[in-house]
Amino acid sequence: MAGLSVENLCFSGMEPVSFKVGPGQCAGLTGPSGSGKTRLLRAVVDLIPHTGEISLNGVYARTMPAHAWRKKVGFLPAESAWWGETVGAHFIQIDAAEFRRLGFDVDVLSWDIARLSSGERQRLSLLRLLSGRPEALLLDEPTANLDDDNAARVESLIASYRLYRKAPVIWVGHDPDQIRRVAAVHFRIKSGALMQAAKRQR
Amino acid sequence: MHVISLSPVDLSISALLVIALALLSIPMKLHLSRQLLFAGSRTVLQLSLVGLVLKALFDYMHPGGLAAVAAVMVGVAGVEIMRRQKRRFTGTWSIGVGTLSMFISSFCVTILALTVVIDIRPWYHPQYAVPLLGMILGNTMSGIAVGLDRLTAVAWDQRTIIEARLTLGHRWSEAIEEIRRESIRSGLIPIINSMSVVGLVSLPGMMTGQILSGTLPMEAVKYQILIMFLIAGGTGFGTILAVTLGARRLFDDRERLRLDRLRS
Repeated sequence: MAGLSVENLCFSGMEPVSFKVGPGQCAGLTGPSGSGKTRLLRAVVDLIPHTGEISLNGVYARTMPAHAWRKKVGFLPAESAWWGETVGAHFIQIDAAEFRRLGFDVDVLSWDIARLSSGERQRLSLLRLLSGRPEALLLDEPTANLDDDNAARVESLIASYRLYRKAPVIWVGHDPDQIRRVAAVHFRIKSGALMQAAKRQR
Repeated sequence: MHVISLSPVDLSISALLVIALALLSIPMKLHLSRQLLFAGSRTVLQLSLVGLVLKALFDYMHPGGLAAVAAVMVGVAGVEIMRRQKRRFTGTWSIGVGTLSMFISSFCVTILALTVVIDIRPWYHPQYAVPLLGMILGNTMSGIAVGLDRLTAVAWDQRTIIEARLTLGHRWSEAIEEIRRESIRSGLIPIINSMSVVGLVSLPGMMTGQILSGTLPMEAVKYQILIMFLIAGGTGFGTILAVTLGARRLFDDRERLRLDRLRS
């Protein structure tokens, strides 16, 4: 079973959730603040206790150590956190082309974390996530702090990554136009239940 | 060698110092007079009790009596470690982590000292066992309390960073590594500092007491060196054990950061 498959995922405050995102497919996820969008992503990457089965390309999460699972299923939190002094301390390998696509030169690696703006942090945290080459992407409002130009750059980079790596993507957002633009399927959380909103083929 | 016995009057004169301090704290609004008097009374009461217990132990030398005294000491120290935690673990872990680590480390070190170093017969001779264990326990307790408090407080403050690392596929041990190391260091720094300045800045209480009660200075010095090394060992191994156990407890079997295992 290719793609990301979630069966009867249960965690506090939500009815059991089941859905599938195919390889290279992007699913939008919306819902009111506090409805559980972020917790759903955190359950899928196994950061919070839950029951149910999650698999990626036929491999179940429970069959591997949690850190190996999280390396495969790349989660981008809404707020990025940094532990080193410089940007470069957070990267093991870099892809200069990806950096350029988000408007950075590789000399950004020597920048101080403390000097970064919130938009720079957000774009760099996406690059940090992609540098681990995850096989799926769970993105929690990846363009929330960005101006239109940079939001378009992020959208385009994620689309290329998704198509090139055949990665399933879940995109949590607030802007309905953006969800229509980036996602082929649209899930909505309403009163503790996940439902499919509309379907379009790409 | 002779001991000048202190009379109750002698002790009362020294108690006047504490009372004077308590009185002075009233006009200075330090809000410490009650605490000072209370703590002073505890000093008298607790030490007198210990004196009575030790006297009884010396009179009826029996390993069971020693075991009872040691158990009380470990229990009290364990509660004290727990009390010093701003964010302690929930359930039995709150008292378990510190007490278990302290017990293992300080008992091993004390028994090593009694059987191999001092080689007293029988090894449970209370004149040696109780003071040694007391010195080692007291210091091990401080080290563990500092180390665990630091571990849980920093993990709480830096949870977004820890989770960011987990999210990027780091193992739990990598995600907590720096915090763990810093916590162990903070528990060990005090004993390193006291080993470096001992004798220059202050005479340790134990040595002072021995000299006052008539022991030859060089004998007192040798015992003090022994005590310092035993304390360093007890504190160091105890802190490493407690912080390592605590760090493991912060994560579950799926390597999730479980701050719900700490009291908020």
